[in-house]
Formats: sequence, C-alpha cells, structure tokens
Amino acid sequence: MSVEFVNPEFEVIRNDNRCIACRVCERQCANEVHLFDPDRGIILSDESKCVNCQRCVSLCPTRALKIVKNECRLRENANWSDSTIKEIYKQANSGGVLLSSMGNPNPLPVYWDKILINASQVTNPSIDPLREPMETKVFLGKKPDKITRNEDGSLNCELLTQLELSMPVMFSAMSYGSISYNAHASLARASKELGIFYNTGEGGLHEDFYCYGENTIVQVASGRFGVYEDYLEAGAAVEIKMGQGAKPGIGGHLPGAKIVGDVSRTRMIPEGSDAISPAPHHDIYSIEDLRQLVFSLKEATEYKKPIIVKVAAVHNIAAIASGIARSGADIIAIDGFRGGTGAAPTRIRDNVGIPIELALASVDQRLRDEGIRNNVSLVVGGSIRSASDVVKAIALGADACYIATAAVLALGCHLCRTCQTGKCNWGIATQRPELVKRLNPDMGAERLVNLMTAWQHEIKELMGGMGINSIESLRGNRLMLRGIGLTEKELEILGISHAGE
Amino acid sequence: MKRVYVNEEWCLGCHLCEYNCAFANSGEIDMSKALKGKPVFPRVKIDGDEHINFAVSCRHCDDPICVKSCISGALSVNNGVIQIDHNKCVKCLTCILVCPYGAVSEGEHGIVQKCELCVENSCGEPACVKGCPNRAIVYEER
Repeated sequence: MSVEFVNPEFEVIRNDNRCIACRVCERQCANEVHLFDPDRGIILSDESKCVNCQRCVSLCPTRALKIVKNECRLRENANWSDSTIKEIYKQANSGGVLLSSMGNPNPLPVYWDKILINASQVTNPSIDPLREPMETKVFLGKKPDKITRNEDGSLNCELLTQLELSMPVMFSAMSYGSISYNAHASLARASKELGIFYNTGEGGLHEDFYCYGENTIVQVASGRFGVYEDYLEAGAAVEIKMGQGAKPGIGGHLPGAKIVGDVSRTRMIPEGSDAISPAPHHDIYSIEDLRQLVFSLKEATEYKKPIIVKVAAVHNIAAIASGIARSGADIIAIDGFRGGTGAAPTRIRDNVGIPIELALASVDQRLRDEGIRNNVSLVVGGSIRSASDVVKAIALGADACYIATAAVLALGCHLCRTCQTGKCNWGIATQRPELVKRLNPDMGAERLVNLMTAWQHEIKELMGGMGINSIESLRGNRLMLRGIGLTEKELEILGISHAGE
Repeated sequence: MKRVYVNEEWCLGCHLCEYNCAFANSGEIDMSKALKGKPVFPRVKIDGDEHINFAVSCRHCDDPICVKSCISGALSVNNGVIQIDHNKCVKCLTCILVCPYGAVSEGEHGIVQKCELCVENSCGEPACVKGCPNRAIVYEER
C-alpha cells in the first residue's frame, strides 16, 4: 500500500565514470543495497535498505560511491520535523516501539564543549612531557581516611584492594552478544597491552577470554547472565549494573535470534531464548538491598576484588551516589544520557537521563560535602570523546573515564546507529559469522592501543600545559576549568567560574 | 625470503586483491581507466565457497616445477622470485598444467601471467597485500 511508503533517508550516488563493476560493494553490503545487473554490466542500488554505514564507500577501490542525505524532504515545518513525521509513519505501519542504537544524537548541550582548560604563563612553569616524567597512573577503589600505624609503630602500607590503571580510561561494558567475539577479543587484548580494563557487560565471559581476567571487569546485571563462581573469580573487579545511560530505568532484551552457539553457552541460557534483563534487580529495592549484593559478591570473591556499582545519570544522582558510597561499594560508575547502546527504545534514549558533566560535578561535590569522597572512586562515561574530555572529567572530580563509543569507532564503527538490526557491516554489533570475521582482532587491538596511546600523549600535554605532572593532582581541581556561554546556575552546578573570572 | 601468505580465517571474499593486482600490473595511474569495461586478468584469484575464501597466487616455490617444465625458458628464478619473460612465452601452457597450486594463468592475448610480487611494476610492495582490508593476505618472512 503506497501510504506505507517512507521516503528513504539516504541516496546512493555512484559515479559511473569511476565504477568498474568489481562488485565489492555488492559483496560487502549485508543490507543488500547493491546488486550487479549482468545484462547491462552495471551495479544497481536499492537505497531504501541503506543505513549509511559507509562500508561500501570505504572499500570501493575507485572511490565511485557517495552516500548522501536524500534531498526529497517533506515540506519544511519547524514544529513537525521530517524525522518526527517519519517516525509517526513508521509507528502507524508497525504498531511498535521505535528502536534506536548508539547514543542520543539530538542537539542537546554538550557541556564538555562549554568548558575550557587552563594553562600556565609566566608566573608558574608549564612542564614539557617530552622532557620530564608525567604520571597518568591511577588507582581505583576505597582509599584510607587516615594514616594508621602497626603495633610496632611502623606505617601500615596495606591498601584495600585497588584497580591499577596505566591511564585514567577503561573500555566500558559491552556484552558478548551485543558485540561480536572479535570485538571482545580486540578489547581484551588491547586492555592487556595497555594495562587498563575492559568490561564484559552483562553477557558473561567467553571461555577463550578467561586468560585476560587480570584486565577484565566482570559485570553482574539484572539478568545475571553467565554469572557463576569462576566468572567472578576470573575478573579483576565485579561491576553491579543498576542502570545504563542510554536507557535509564529499563532493562535489556537480546532477541533469541542472537542467542546462538557460544553466546548461548556464555550467557548460560538455551539457544533461541530471548535474553531479557529485567528493569530492576529483583532483589534490590533499597540501598540496604544493594549493600547485601555488594557484600555477597565480596564474600564470593573473598574480599580480593573491588566492587563497582554502575548507575545511569538521573535527576537525583547525587543522593543516589551518596547511598552507593555508603553501601560498601568501592567504585561508582556513572553513565551519562549520551551513552551508547546496542538497542534502546528511541523515546527513552533521547529523553531520559541527564548530562554526565552535571551529574559528575554534583556527585563529586555531594560526596566531598558529606566527607565520604574517599570511600569510593568515581568513573564516568556517556560520551567521552577525546583526551580533552578525559582531562575535563578528571578536573571535575572523576578518577577515571569509561569509553565505549570511541572504542568501537576505533574498531571501524561508522556510527550508522542500526546495531539493533544485527547486520553490522563492520563486524562489531553482529553475530553473523561472515560479518564477524570482518573485524580482524589483530587490527582491532592495534587500533585501540593506538587510540589510547594517542590520548595518553594528549593528556600529558594538557597536564603539562597546566604545570601539573600527575593525574592525581588534577583530580577535582576545578580551578583549572572555566565555563563559556553558561548560565549562573550551570556554573554553580559545575562548580566552575566563567571564562574571564 | 618474504612471500605472500594467506590468512584464510580473515578473508572476506571481497575480491579487492584481484582488482588491485590487475590495476598494479596495468601500467595505468587511474584504476577506472585501467579496468573499466574491460576483461580483468588478475594474477591472484579468490577461491572458496560461502563459508571460506582465500586468495591464490604464486607460492614462489624453492624448487619450482613450472620453471623446470618451461619449454622456452620464459620462466626463471631471480632472487627467489619466479618471473616470466613475456617475449619468450610460446603459449604452450605447460606451466599452468604442472603448477600444483593453480597459481599460473593465461593473461591477455593468451600469454601466461603469474604473480611476480609486484617487483616488475611501480607498486613497491605486493598490491594485493597493500589493499587487503582485513590483513587476510600478508607479505612476510616465515
């Protein structure tokens, strides 16, 4: 029925002078956009299937392809935008909840871009990281409140269990199932090489990756998939996932079609059954309940591993974090509203939660005010895009950052935001074997190591400019930040002065 | 000696190596000009089925049977690289018959062609390796 037709979002432009009909585009497109016509010796395109992942554009040997926005728009309307109307059409056709992937793409304020970093001039020396030592190492976990001495008067040097990171960045939770085996292999190998951590997400740990346990954070989420003694033992830390920035307040749903072979074995659920993570943990309805799970996990791991509690940044985040800091957790991870996902209801992703910058600032301040900041380390995620975002986050009070979108971009993701279809042409968000093998973990791990090494250099440069030679001296050092174009209220929450002040 | 090796686990069967090979040996500077609307004669060929693919090209054997069997002396070994002198080839195709890997083929005008590791063109390193998007073809010492 023609009323069901929705004008395609993109147009495939093929430069016929360049196209040699090698059929690489046809073979590489899992969405089956390109089709070779043997009679005419040319390649045809069905743009209605195109998701603009640019796989064909990247691999076309003669650069004959271009994917552009379809110019055929509905009549301009400032209230009813083209995408809003098309979403109505889609729902009128399907009757279903709209699904989206990756982070919120809407033009909401990015506070990182409204914060500027200080540098030393004249009265205090800057430091050249190429000539002088710079420390980017951080330790995550509960810190002692005071110096204590042993019975013989010597200093007690025993720290509680800590995670040691060579730089203040970790790869955040992405489950095996939502991403491919090769994506996990890349993250695991890179973490080991870099001396940082990656996170299993809620899908369990594939048996092949137990050897990377020292660089693995194992997650316990509401579905408890793949959780058993060896799993908890395998990781360097255990993360309790209470929420996710892209979809605060709701659970997860990995369709049965993706629960095949190793994914089923790793999740410990039957093949073909839907993996449904409930919205809440059914045994947690209060901070006291959370404390029980924290200590259950500590008991299970003999108090050798730090426990992380991950929450989404929501309105009351400061009070929530204060509760978590008193629950016995060693690390709080906060995920901002721009964080990515393999699939989330569009309305939730685009409208629920708050920016991580504001959440971080208010949580750090609240924990300091209450004198419990040293009880926990703070890890923030939800669209940390660059080394300068990391530096700003540390200066706002974070101990370390979680990155995932940046990591998958390094692996080849082109942010087409259609992970939920399971047809990722880059071999990342898919379980189809012919697509999974498109990501060679030798290359993936190398690119992740390159990215982190580059960021580490940049972090050192930025710190050096401020005359700071240790990341520990930057943490919570909000005097190094100034706001630009922000209101009094925003500056107050961020705890920073305006540029020029 | 460095040779071209195939990691079939990572071969996507995209056939880019074939086009990069044909282009590298075309002498042209523009791929479209070199290959558009013409039959393509690559010296590396993708073999396989829907489950596995791999690129087949000359192994540059230590004891090459093709060189031994060439009746016109067109095939020779130079620094370990098996090369063909197109002027000497008489199109008897014995080399194609004896090659155990199926790595020698008939090129344009029926003259035999084979991988010469791109030493005879301006590519510098094997074009198939350079253009492989997933490191399924590598050029290394083993």
